[in-house]
Amino acid sequence: MDANAAKLLGAGLAAIGMGIAALGVGNVFAAFLEGALRNPGAADGQQGRLFIGFAGAELLGLLAFVTMIILVFVA
Amino acid sequence: MAAEGGKIDPMHQFLIEPVLGQRWIVGGYDVSFTNSALWMVITLVVLWLFMLGGMKRELVPGRWQAAVEGFTGFVQNMLTSNVGPEGKRFVPYVFSLFMFILFANILGLMPVGIVPGWHPFTVTSHLTVTGVLAIISFSIVLIVGFGRHGFHFFSLFVPHGTPALMVPLIFVVELMSFLVRPFSLGLRLFVAMTAGHILLKVLAAFVINGINLGPGYAVLITVPSFVLMLGITLLELLVAAIQAYVFALLTSVYLNDAVNLH
Repeated sequence: MDANAAKLLGAGLAAIGMGIAALGVGNVFAAFLEGALRNPGAADGQQGRLFIGFAGAELLGLLAFVTMIILVFVA
Repeated sequence: MAAEGGKIDPMHQFLIEPVLGQRWIVGGYDVSFTNSALWMVITLVVLWLFMLGGMKRELVPGRWQAAVEGFTGFVQNMLTSNVGPEGKRFVPYVFSLFMFILFANILGLMPVGIVPGWHPFTVTSHLTVTGVLAIISFSIVLIVGFGRHGFHFFSLFVPHGTPALMVPLIFVVELMSFLVRPFSLGLRLFVAMTAGHILLKVLAAFVINGINLGPGYAVLITVPSFVLMLGITLLELLVAAIQAYVFALLTSVYLNDAVNLH
C-alpha cells in the first residue's frame, strides 16, 4: 500500500475513537442526570465530580484527535 | 485565510509570526514580538480593565462589581469545597489561572477578523502555552506537597488499605498516574481549542467555496454550513468556559492531594 494512503487510512481509523469518546461523554452526563433526578438535593454537591468524569472521558477523545492530526499534518 | 483558491488550509490560523514586520534575534534566539505575545497582552489588558472596573469595594455592589464578585466567589467556593479551609491560600493563583484561560479562549473566538489586517489568535491553542501553565500548576503541587509533608508525601501513592503484596504494583501505577497529570492537563486545553478552531475554519471554507460555485451550490452547501457554523460557535463558547473551569477544577483537586494527602 502507498505510504500516504496508509497514513490517511490511519487518520480515518483514529476518528472512530472520537465517536466512541462521544458515547463516553454522553454516558457521564446521562448517569449524572439519572442520579440527580432521583436525589436532587445531593446533585449540586457532585458537580465537581461530574466535570472530572467529563474531563477524563473527553481527554481520551481528544487523544484520538491528536493522533489524527499528527498522522495527517506531521508524520 | 481559510480558503485561498478553493483550497482549505485550516492550520494557517495557528501560525505564529512577528507582528512588527521583522524578527529580533538576540544571542541566536528569536525574541520577536509575535501575534501570540500580542494576544497575551490583549488578554491581560482586558482582564485588568474587567477587574479594575469591579474593585470599587462598594457596600452595595453595582452590576460590574457584582460580575467580578461572582467570579471571585465562584473560584473561592471551588477551592473551599475541594481543598477545605486551607484552600483559601490558593485562591489568587487559581483565580488568575482561571480568568486568564477564560479570557484568552473567549477573545480568540471574537470576530476581530472583520477589521482589515487583524486576525484573532487563540493563545491557548498552542501546547507551549498550556504546557507551561500545566507545569506551573504541577510545580506548585510538588512544592506544597513536599513542603508540608516532606517524604511522607510519597504515601500519596499507596492508598489506605492496600494489601502488602500489592504495594509495589499499586505504587508504580499511582506514580504513573501522578506523573501523567501535567501532560493531560496541558494537552486537554490545547487540543480542545485547536479542534474547535479547525472545525470553524473548515465550515467557513465550505461557506465561501459554496458561494463561489454559483447559486445552486450556495443554497445546497452554504446555507446549511452557515447554520451549522452558528451552532458550533455557540458550542465553542461553552467549550471555552468549560475548559477554563476544568483546568482550574483539576488544579484544585491536585492541590487537595498535596495539602491533605489521601
